Amino acid sequence: MKAFTTHAGSVAPLDRANVDTDQIIPKQFLKSIRRTGFGDNLFDGWRYLDEGDPSKTPNEREINPDFVLNAPRYQGATILLARENFGCGSSREHAVWALEEYGFRAVIAPDFADIFHNNCFKNGVLPIALPAEVVDAFFDGAAAGLELEVDLPAQVVRTPDGAEHAFDVDPFRKRMLVEGLDEIGLTLRDAEDIREYERSRRERAPWLFDAIC
Amino acid sequence: MARTLYDKLWDSHVVKARDDGSALLYIDRHLLHEVTSPQAFEGLRLAGRSPWRLDANLATPDHNVPTTDRARGIEGIEEDTARIQVQTLDENCDEFGILEFRIRDPRQGIVHVVGPEQGATLPGMTVVCGDSHTSTHGALAALAHGIGTSEVEHVLATQCLVQKKARNFRIDARGGLAPGVTAKDLALAIIGRLGTAGGTGHTFEFAGEAVRGLSMEGRMTLCNMSIEAGARAGAVAFDDVTREYVRGRPFAPTGEAWERAVDAWRDLVSDEDAVFDRELVLDAAALQPQVTWGTSPEMVADVQGRVPDPADARDAVQKEGWMRALEYMGLQPGQAITDIHLDRVFIGSCTNSRIEDLRAAASVVRGRSVARRVKQAMVVPGSGLVKQQAEQEGLHQVFLDAGFEWRDPGCSMCLAMNPDRLGDREHCAATSNRNFEGRQGHGGRTHLVSPAMAAAAAVAGHFVDAREMTGGAA
Ligand code: SF4
Repeated sequence: MKAFTTHAGSVAPLDRANVDTDQIIPKQFLKSIRRTGFGDNLFDGWRYLDEGDPSKTPNEREINPDFVLNAPRYQGATILLARENFGCGSSREHAVWALEEYGFRAVIAPDFADIFHNNCFKNGVLPIALPAEVVDAFFDGAAAGLELEVDLPAQVVRTPDGAEHAFDVDPFRKRMLVEGLDEIGLTLRDAEDIREYERSRRERAPWLFDAIC
Repeated sequence: MARTLYDKLWDSHVVKARDDGSALLYIDRHLLHEVTSPQAFEGLRLAGRSPWRLDANLATPDHNVPTTDRARGIEGIEEDTARIQVQTLDENCDEFGILEFRIRDPRQGIVHVVGPEQGATLPGMTVVCGDSHTSTHGALAALAHGIGTSEVEHVLATQCLVQKKARNFRIDARGGLAPGVTAKDLALAIIGRLGTAGGTGHTFEFAGEAVRGLSMEGRMTLCNMSIEAGARAGAVAFDDVTREYVRGRPFAPTGEAWERAVDAWRDLVSDEDAVFDRELVLDAAALQPQVTWGTSPEMVADVQGRVPDPADARDAVQKEGWMRALEYMGLQPGQAITDIHLDRVFIGSCTNSRIEDLRAAASVVRGRSVARRVKQAMVVPGSGLVKQQAEQEGLHQVFLDAGFEWRDPGCSMCLAMNPDRLGDREHCAATSNRNFEGRQGHGGRTHLVSPAMAAAAAVAGHFVDAREMTGGAA
């Protein structure tokens, strides 16, 4: 897994609540059998004026000048600032792949939808939930070019004036990210426990192990 | 200590609790479809890993399959990328030895219809799938939730997931639903009350007289939409309805094993004095048929109600959301819901494409026809077996006579990955679960309703209380 320790970058504000994964990466781009190639279609329905289609290249597209990520001052932003319930809806991990490929390393919002939140950690993108007032203040500062520093080991977000905002992160997920561990490899270290569980479960509930083939 | 249904399901699947508060949770059933699995299989190959337990997996293509001309099989998929994706699922299942119901198999269908229908989902199981509507399977007193592609790979390789336990949330729907008010209306009303993030971090248990009175199909509709209120999983306690539904299904236990299983399943209820972290009590008897007017399932109103005025929103964020939604949907504040006119009607999706749903829609449509202003009305059964059953009952003829299209099973216009989609600014009465911007096609405007309400809207050309057409019956 891609590691994440500290990251400093500029912030792009997306001032909408309940942004769903259908908006982050629309369905017509889910037909790929690869993990890459989604960045150009991040927020496709908002970012471009014409209807997106996997066969179109970015320079054939009609840019929506009113969409915030298209504003010159937010080019190169690596931290996305968002509102409540970011990433709700479908479980498509493609949403995180698109954010990551576009260049975002962290998303800051008051809260996140569960499956999206989970998917972020698998791809080295850090979802950071901060109190609504702090998020509001970041939104106020973003237009002037806010730079933030995210420190995962210390679990704080630092502003240029040195203020620190603490955030919560699950200890297991933190370790996975900081050390860039392979989660499957880690689980397979417990293979004997899994086999033991199967043995005892099979005795109590044999019908769960009837093959479906 | 008294435990909830969720506590029991969780406890019986913990392989190992870790010091950091996470747990290794065993997965009994893993369902796969073509969209979220190719990268997971690729991951296995790259790491040189093989699936932990082949017979726990079941696959079927659903999102990309065309719903016409099934006889041509995979060749019938016009778009190259979609065809490659379905083909890739076939190849992966072949390579690894996973059971798959392919495009021409009568058992093929939407993965969440197929699992319960086959008895591949059983009470007391943990069920996962790379799809957020996996919550559907909770209707069978199972712990079921959607996962991302990395987790699909993790389950394939280890038969486990690293999880943190969610909190318990009981939804107590008191009183029986009025005739003609359905599980879909109950689901939408709950989401309207809780909001799309109301259940985040929780597992729902749907309880109360209204839920006990639902058929298995109705319970699946209800659990299906848990995710639309933010909860990854929702479940209903085991009872006689569950038992009778499961009995005799192809992969259900038989003989002595059946008796033993049923004995064990009787414990799949919350203990009398179990404590829930949160609870919502709802007067289900007072509910009316529901219609969504906006771009989030929480934007919902009674069919006799009106589109709200952003001036009445509870805060600035909601106001902004409502204004944006009204603009996208092309609606006015205060407009009567029954004044919303429809261009297309879609009856299908993992929420409402089971036999009972088709019966409810047919009972409204029988002897009537689709309004002239409606360009297209289609019925897409959830699986090949649902389709067969409906045809045996003659429902297809009722739909065809009325001017509906009668399609082959798949996700279809629920997310419009296949050619079934809305045009720009077209309004659609849909029995699916998401009304997000562009969900059913670029610029398309989706209104979520029950099958009876969608059928009534097709006939009238605008929303109408379906009970007016059925004399109050469902
Ligand atoms: S029917 Fe719709 S919601 Fe259900 S699995 Fe298919 S695309 Fe997803």
